[in-house]
Amino acid sequence: MKKLWNEYHTPQTVEEASALLASYAGAARVIAGGTDLILEMEQGHKPPVAALVDVTAIQELTTIRQEGELVTVGAGVTHTQLVGSTLLAARATCLVESCGVVGGPQVRNVATLGGNIAHALPAADGTTSLMALDAEAEIAQHGTRRWLPLVELFSGPGQSLLDSTRDLLLNVRFRLAGPREASAFKRIMRPQGVALPVLGCAVWLRLAPDSLAVEDARVCISPVAPVPARATEVEAALRGQPFCEALVEAAVEAGRASLHPRTSKYRATAEYRTEMIDVLLRRTLPLAFERARTGVAIPEGVGM
Amino acid sequence: MAWITITVNGERIEREVDPSRTLAQFLRLDLGLTGTKIGCEEAECGICTVQVNGTPVDSCIYPLMKARNAEVVTIEGLATGEKLHPLQEAFIEQGAVQCGYCTPGLIMNAKALLERNPDPTDHDIRVALKDTFCRCTGYMAVRRAIHAAAAAQRGEPMPAYPAPTTVEPLEVIGQNVDRPESVAKVTGAAKFTDDYGFPGMLYGLTLRSPHPHARVLRVDTGQAKAVPGVRAVLCHEDIPGRNIHGLVYLDWPCLAGDKVRYVGDPVAIVAADTEEAARQALDLIEVQYEVLGTVGDPVYARTPEAPVIHEEWETGNLLKHIKVRHGDIERGFAEADVIIERTYRTPTIEHAYLEPECSIGVPAGYDAEHEKITIYVGSQIPYQDRNQVALILGVADEDVRIRGTLIGGGFGGKEDLAAQAHVALLAQATGRPVKMLYTRHESLLFHPKRHATVIRMKTGAKRDGTLVAVEAELYGDGGAYASLSDKVMTRATTHATGPYVVPNAKIDCYAMYTNNVPSGAFRGFGVTQSAFAVESNMDILAETLGIDPLELRRKNAQRVGVMTATGQTLRESAGLLETIEKVEADVRSEDTSSHGFRWSWREGNRAFGWGIACAYKNTGLGGGAPDKSAVEVEAFEDSTAEVRTAAADLGQGIGMVVAQVAAQELGMPYSSMRVLLCDTDLTPNGGPTTASRQTFVTGNAARMAASTLREALRSTAAEHYNVPPEQIRFEEGLMRINGHSVPLGEVVGVMKANGLQPRATFEYMAPVTQPLGTGGDMHFAFSYATQAALVEVDLETGAVHVHRVIAGTDVGRAINPKSLQGQIEGGIVMALGNCLTEQYIIENGQPWSTLFARYKMPSIKHAPEITSHIIEHPSSDGPYGAKGVGEIPSINTTPAIANAIYHATGVRVFSIPVDQDALVRALRRGDREIYTTWSDVR
Ligand SMILES: Cc1cc2nc3c(=O)[nH]c(=O)nc-3n(C[C@H](O)[C@H](O)[C@H](O)COP(=O)(O)OP(=O)(O)OC[C@H]3O[C@@H](n4cnc5c(N)ncnc54)[C@H](O)[C@@H]3O)c2cc1C
Ligand code: FES
Ligand code: FES
Repeated sequence: MKKLWNEYHTPQTVEEASALLASYAGAARVIAGGTDLILEMEQGHKPPVAALVDVTAIQELTTIRQEGELVTVGAGVTHTQLVGSTLLAARATCLVESCGVVGGPQVRNVATLGGNIAHALPAADGTTSLMALDAEAEIAQHGTRRWLPLVELFSGPGQSLLDSTRDLLLNVRFRLAGPREASAFKRIMRPQGVALPVLGCAVWLRLAPDSLAVEDARVCISPVAPVPARATEVEAALRGQPFCEALVEAAVEAGRASLHPRTSKYRATAEYRTEMIDVLLRRTLPLAFERARTGVAIPEGVGM
Repeated sequence: MAWITITVNGERIEREVDPSRTLAQFLRLDLGLTGTKIGCEEAECGICTVQVNGTPVDSCIYPLMKARNAEVVTIEGLATGEKLHPLQEAFIEQGAVQCGYCTPGLIMNAKALLERNPDPTDHDIRVALKDTFCRCTGYMAVRRAIHAAAAAQRGEPMPAYPAPTTVEPLEVIGQNVDRPESVAKVTGAAKFTDDYGFPGMLYGLTLRSPHPHARVLRVDTGQAKAVPGVRAVLCHEDIPGRNIHGLVYLDWPCLAGDKVRYVGDPVAIVAADTEEAARQALDLIEVQYEVLGTVGDPVYARTPEAPVIHEEWETGNLLKHIKVRHGDIERGFAEADVIIERTYRTPTIEHAYLEPECSIGVPAGYDAEHEKITIYVGSQIPYQDRNQVALILGVADEDVRIRGTLIGGGFGGKEDLAAQAHVALLAQATGRPVKMLYTRHESLLFHPKRHATVIRMKTGAKRDGTLVAVEAELYGDGGAYASLSDKVMTRATTHATGPYVVPNAKIDCYAMYTNNVPSGAFRGFGVTQSAFAVESNMDILAETLGIDPLELRRKNAQRVGVMTATGQTLRESAGLLETIEKVEADVRSEDTSSHGFRWSWREGNRAFGWGIACAYKNTGLGGGAPDKSAVEVEAFEDSTAEVRTAAADLGQGIGMVVAQVAAQELGMPYSSMRVLLCDTDLTPNGGPTTASRQTFVTGNAARMAASTLREALRSTAAEHYNVPPEQIRFEEGLMRINGHSVPLGEVVGVMKANGLQPRATFEYMAPVTQPLGTGGDMHFAFSYATQAALVEVDLETGAVHVHRVIAGTDVGRAINPKSLQGQIEGGIVMALGNCLTEQYIIENGQPWSTLFARYKMPSIKHAPEITSHIIEHPSSDGPYGAKGVGEIPSINTTPAIANAIYHATGVRVFSIPVDQDALVRALRRGDREIYTTWSDVR
């Protein structure tokens, strides 16, 4: 392997990390697990750097913290750590299901949720679920910290508001599923070529307290656009309606009418992806519904 | 530099390190712990796995500085002294070690799994090993080994290897002994080429063509030579001998002179003190190209408008037209009641051995051990390396020495020269040892692959199913250079009737030059491609005639007494019918649908189907090529013996086979045998490891050499002890003479005292074969196979999963059932990849599949349950009846799966790999045939 960096820093605090990045004036870059970054540099998609600033020793970034109904997940939390959280398994099930299928165990043991977001691919599995969880992100930019809706972070495929030679993604936070709420994630892969999903789908549902009607719904299907986006028409079709097979079909109809996935080379045809929207909605909606109805959520498909 | 404290295998280390190192580089280069292997540097293959604070990580992309203050455990840290870790023991016992290159990664992941979960299920193992690849074993043995080790760690007795049923073994032949180097392979001590280093060694790199086809107008190395630390920059003008190599035709320049013919063609080479300096020099070499038109596919290559790739080749882009003519094709089709005609496509396939190519050249006179130019390499054909390198250096063959190292898989892809000549040139130019280690990217780009083909197959049969005629036309994409295209496509052609009696045949194959990556040898040697077409047509025929697919094959099966389409009468050892019988009995007893046996059934949106396919494959070079091999056996006074031959062991275990054979012949225990392979100065020529020939040809040579030595020992003993020679028996390393037992070593001593060498060399010449078209015996033996595959298709997503494969394989005689089973299981999973996961994509001469991230071989997640029946119809010329096994298992899995998909879904696939996208589209539209594949998705 070529020499891709000269120095390696492991700051212990956010301030220290920001200061280090600033001192290199663009010649250093944030590294978390490195499972995207090192390969991108090795393959020439990103230039080598003078220094790497490793954020995975910053305690604030490597913990999962419950604060009432909210949970904050540090950007440096690994997929393995996240999948092992019983809190998230029960109350942010889709996120555990999506992080549980990133790469293989060796990758999940080092790759982070923050890296998944910061890499800004519309097909990134963790991001898809965070969209359905309506997550917010905290970033450190120009010397200040601020929270913003996750969706505002993305500006194009592989592009975000974050400049990883200066800025830091610190945390994401979202509401944990309460009573009558649940989520689910599934994806379609092909056995050939790159390990990115043909299509991923995360859904979050809240049922009415005393009926089987869908009170609220959030759905994210990716990739269908250059940036991760909510399937608002599908959500609208679900909201306020009693959950039944016909409602799932109505959601499928709305998906068909509003989402227009593209053909991407050696991954999927637009026609296939469109079919998979149907399939994924038919698989995730009833699953999330059952979880919301029974209050029992056990993640499916982790590790495969 | 930076300071680091780290604990590696229990030892605390504090030292200055280069902070830009990865953990793998630190372990291998700074600590010399070379047990951790590198397969891709992409976090794809997982074989570089080590534990950091107990957690398995891919060390190839793990920055060393992340491991500061951590506890790291590598494969070297498992055994305590001589005592192996239960996983290491179980991997050997269960046959999970073949080439051994992946073994450290598999074991490290398994170790971490067992630490968390002392009693894992099969599913747990699949999750833990999902991204840790093995190209050799097919993962069955790996799963068995992990279960066995888990049992042992729980304090239960370690389960023994469940041996398949075979004929009664002899003392050594037929026994499940382990390969001599297996302990080294599980402990990390085993050395592959990149694990060697020499003082003063330089780093070599290759500048390759970015163009599929271009004239090279100028190569300017001036600036590159000026880079500090650069010791040599060489281009075609610097070659002292002939600038050409090739296994069959000399058509491949060592460094491009007038033209480049594919992306990856070497143009210049550099040796420097460091990798950075070498890279810098590469960037500064100026090459002026005049880009020429690209020939991107073999059908276009044959049209008059296609640019000519080799101006000197008399038949233009047509490398060879291969013909089979048998009977009267017109009369044959006139007799047919049904004619099936379809066109099939198979893609370029990559071998994906986990060890990328590496060569080290040591200059002549470097030290006492290296008097002549010496090349360390894991090559399939050491003696042909030697004469090709000698030709390029302009020296005599004997002035070059090839020293074979262990090989991390080959499968046919390590037959052509890689960097052997380049390191020799650089070593001679600099007077220093030079190592060239290819990255995975470079390996994918440059080395010859399996031929992509287009096959039109027309099959005629009578109403009762009797085959009457086969007409076929094959186009093979030979790529930029001939390599073994001639031979491979000949095999595709001669086997294009399938293992059946076909009285009338007309088969034409066009092996074409194109500007794609060259194609060469690949396990199955062309037969994998034609079998897909043959066996798919057979299934269509069965359905059309309303005959059971197994019955149709049985009816037409080759058997003793029949004639092949090349005019060879089979006189013995044609066990196809028994392979069908064994597989059929198993399949029909599978009550998978709870209604008794059915070819297909549905459970909701899941469609299940069984598919069947048969195959045959020649053993040995055949076609008139002299097929010989030499082995030397020497006995020692300590009652041990050494077997020497330059026959490459790619992981298939030829070293073990020759040791078994010699032990059997000498009446010695296997444990007293040593093996020395592939040193052209110390071992006689065993010929190429190709065409499933080594067990047969080199096995016979070992048998003859050992029996010659035995007879010499016998006559010495007879004279010395004054007994009739026929009263002497050889048993357990002893000679039984008149009721006394004398250690064999004692007689060795007597021989030496008498001035005799306790050593014998034998060059075995396999039975003579005839060239294609002469009507004689093209081959001296054939192996046969039947396989049944059970697939599940998700009718909504098109996803295909293979649950079961039942295989019956006629191998003549199982010399070592455990290693044989490993060949069968590994071959099946490799062929599953050929059908479902793999395709090397080239876009009009520009390769796309140049990363492991873009080329997926099957993982443990895809691996089916495999049942294999070993069938032994002995071949009278084979050692103890054995014939070839290396290739036969990886030929019919592809059509068995494709046929199963048809039975499950009603949709037939004519182009592989099977594309789930196209499958779903076909199902939605009600189409019954798919002619597109993955690479058409764009
Ligand atoms: C074999 C393999 C399989 C994979 N499979 C999948 C898959 O199935 N699904 C999927 O979604 N992804 C997959 N990936 C991609 C990747 O592993 C994930 O996206 C992972 O989450 C990235 O995290 P990381 O910590 O390794 O990121 P890094 O590589 O460390 O970082 C990625 C990018 O984000 C920046 N960055 C990271 N953290 C921060 C931060 N805190 N603040 C600012 N910038 C930051 C880095 O500078 C870099 O540009 C796979 C990768 C491999 C190698
Ligand atoms: S994953 Fe590290 S070498 Fe392949
Ligand atoms: S034994 Fe696994 S790759 Fe060879």
